[in-house]
Amino acid sequence: MATMKEFRNNVKPNWCPGCGDFSIQAAIQRAAANVGLEPENLAVVSGIGCSGRISGYINCYGFHGIHGRSLPIAQGVKMANRELTVIAAGGDGDGFAIGMGHTVHAIRRNMNITYIVMDNQIYGLTKGQTSPRSATGFVTKSTPAGSIESSISPVELALSVGATFVAQSFSSDLKGLTELIEKGIQHEGFSLINVFSPCVTYNKVNTYDWFKENIVPVDTIEGYDPHDRIKAMSTSMQHKGLITGLIYQNTEQKPYEALVNGFKEEGLANQDIRLSEEDFEKLVKEFA
Amino acid sequence: MISQLSWKVGGQQGEGIESTGEIFSMAMNRMGYHLYSYRHFSSRIKGGHTNNKIRVSTTPMRAISDDLDILVAFDQETIDFNAHELREGGIIIADAKFNPKLPDGLKPVRFFTVPLTEIADELGTSLMKNMVSIGASSAILGISVESYRPIVEDMFLRKGEKVVEKNMDAIRRGFDFVNELTGGQLPEFQMEKADPQKQLFLIGNDAIALGAVAAGCRFMPAYPITPASEVMEYLIKKLPKLGGTVIQTEDEIAAVTMAIGANFAGARSLTASAGPGLSLMMEAIGLAGITEQPVVIVNTQRGGPSTGMPTKIEQSDVNAMIYGTHGDIPKVVIAPSTVEECFYDAVEAFNIAEEYQLPVILMTDLTLSLGKQTVTPFDYSKVEIRRGKLLAGQELPEKEQNDLFKRYEVTEDGVSPRVIPGQKYGLHHVTGVEHDQTGRPSENAANRIQQMDKRMRKMEGVLKNFKGAVTADAPHADADVLVVGINSTIGTIQEAKGRLEQEGIKVNHAQIRLLHPFPTEEIKALVDKAKKVVVVEHNIQAQVTNLLKQHVGNAEKIESVLKYDGNPFLPKEIYAEVKELVKHGDYERVSK
Repeated sequence: MATMKEFRNNVKPNWCPGCGDFSIQAAIQRAAANVGLEPENLAVVSGIGCSGRISGYINCYGFHGIHGRSLPIAQGVKMANRELTVIAAGGDGDGFAIGMGHTVHAIRRNMNITYIVMDNQIYGLTKGQTSPRSATGFVTKSTPAGSIESSISPVELALSVGATFVAQSFSSDLKGLTELIEKGIQHEGFSLINVFSPCVTYNKVNTYDWFKENIVPVDTIEGYDPHDRIKAMSTSMQHKGLITGLIYQNTEQKPYEALVNGFKEEGLANQDIRLSEEDFEKLVKEFA
Repeated sequence: MISQLSWKVGGQQGEGIESTGEIFSMAMNRMGYHLYSYRHFSSRIKGGHTNNKIRVSTTPMRAISDDLDILVAFDQETIDFNAHELREGGIIIADAKFNPKLPDGLKPVRFFTVPLTEIADELGTSLMKNMVSIGASSAILGISVESYRPIVEDMFLRKGEKVVEKNMDAIRRGFDFVNELTGGQLPEFQMEKADPQKQLFLIGNDAIALGAVAAGCRFMPAYPITPASEVMEYLIKKLPKLGGTVIQTEDEIAAVTMAIGANFAGARSLTASAGPGLSLMMEAIGLAGITEQPVVIVNTQRGGPSTGMPTKIEQSDVNAMIYGTHGDIPKVVIAPSTVEECFYDAVEAFNIAEEYQLPVILMTDLTLSLGKQTVTPFDYSKVEIRRGKLLAGQELPEKEQNDLFKRYEVTEDGVSPRVIPGQKYGLHHVTGVEHDQTGRPSENAANRIQQMDKRMRKMEGVLKNFKGAVTADAPHADADVLVVGINSTIGTIQEAKGRLEQEGIKVNHAQIRLLHPFPTEEIKALVDKAKKVVVVEHNIQAQVTNLLKQHVGNAEKIESVLKYDGNPFLPKEIYAEVKELVKHGDYERVSK
């Protein structure tokens, strides 16, 4: 069984010192080791932006794609070889702006993939513009008078489109985050883990201290049941989306791959692809 | 006795026009005739004029005919819209229900009013009027009612013997009615017997889908679009039986990126779309180019730009397919001309995509994708699966953890060894950012040149090893004219060529099958052997002509015949235009 070290490579991340993304990288590596993965059976697919570089910092098979498209690439990988563990990762702009269409449909589709959003509520790599996660009134280079649009709640969004696993975490909470990623990987279906990952360079509002003051872990809420979707929705609304922990899980729903008619346990990539002459003739006969 | 016949059935969309044509042509196919069909339809489900024109011949051909022998009309609009196509002495079979009238100014034609709906109603359902009309047509052609039995049984036996007999009755009643009117079959409409032979009857899209299955493709993510959806519809019927599947994605960007992800993970995967979808896919095509992932994308060209004319033919995506995506990538564009080529090129598209680790666009046009043709059965022994430098199913040499696999190793042919996830010592990272040999991001100038050169070198191998880059029928060493086309125009050009040759004009003909990289040497040899070159294409900007001029020069002797009204070229149009250009050159043509 691989250790956490085996998921490390010697590539130095180009993130700013103090960036929340460092702990997310560490949490993924720990979680992968803790659930017993081998590097060759893990594929990490990432988007574009500061966070998108993460696929190159983990020792596994990595795919750094195009902006907003980590989820369809990751779903393609999963369909080609369902024996692999697939993690998609990217920023809030990647997942909730340019890639929003894919996020919603990947959640609905419910393939056995873990999607980690590294949510800093701002565009970092392009040097500080507003994001769909920026609060109304948030001042950035592209919203000098403050954002006049409303902010997306990842939790409420996911719940409303039929998510089977929704979690939210804070990059400072390495232990809690690692556990959630483990649960996400083990969940049979699509798991969304939105992680507050402060941008120390461009976001001077949603800082480490701000999160420490404002977030409410759901396990501190008396009687919270992560299998109650309505409760999950109302709790998130009550706390302006700033709840953390395992917010909702549906263990009844089977993943997409299990529902596809005739889809084998063995990955497509490992199957013999040559048709027998008999099968071919059968197909041709339909056109005679 | 006649050796070929053109038959058309028309009515409102949604009243069974397509199935009428289908049943008629299936019967003719089984009798051994060669067929070519063209559907006129619009972007709506119910209502609006639609027609299905079917050409039947004792010899192979691949074009619709200039005129029409028999028109079956379910409404007055069909007569008003199509009767002018009828040749002198042609026949209209019209449903008595709508009190059909002949428009003014027609050549002399014969006009049979038949109670198609009334007979069908008597038999229980007006839907069967299509069967009655087939019977009526058969009386004229001298095709026996019983020859339809095997097809009717194939279609309706699962609904019970009674349904079969009802449909046979409908054919018989139509037959008898017309037989009585004419007093027996009309000798000038009697078809010569065809050689009974085994042949297939299918559309280009089905041939592509079948080719994909034969090539080992088991996964297709796609978004519905006219005229590409049949590829997806065929595969969703077949792939689950072979362990694979189709996903209908949220858009074409998801479709192509999912296909790229699947290919990265080792499964042959394709997507299919048309103009609007291809426009959306452009960024991802660049990703496949720089990350060196195989992917096959089918583009069934239709009338553009934007939504354009979704149900009409055009060949106006040539530039977009060759030059589309920002930056420089290696990419292959293959343009089959026939249904057979659709099948074999689909197989080759997968092989080339894997051998050279790049995106391959398989480009058809609407007429080729949707026109049903009879073809010689496909030869499965010609289907090869070549996966190039894929190191699958073999142990890789042991490596230290930080000694990364060189996924982008610089090699002489530009192709690097490829490993798919799951292999212990093949861990690597791929990225759309410029990268070094191990896939790590790099903006180093020397590395950039090395990687860019390596990727583009793959194009040399594609060009060198592609078999049949040009489909030529070029018997003349000094031709008066070389006619060049792509995709579905092959048969129409062939027919025009036949007529020109009869008048003593020496015509060579070439269809370009490999559009990118461009087979300059092969085309140049043909251009050099001709006094004039005429490119026949369905677009306004002469995209293929310009491509030809760019690669072979000789601009002064290359001319274009362009059509972009949404309808396929007729043989007589190409015949007349080429003849004019050969006789007078372009100068007079422009000034007239």
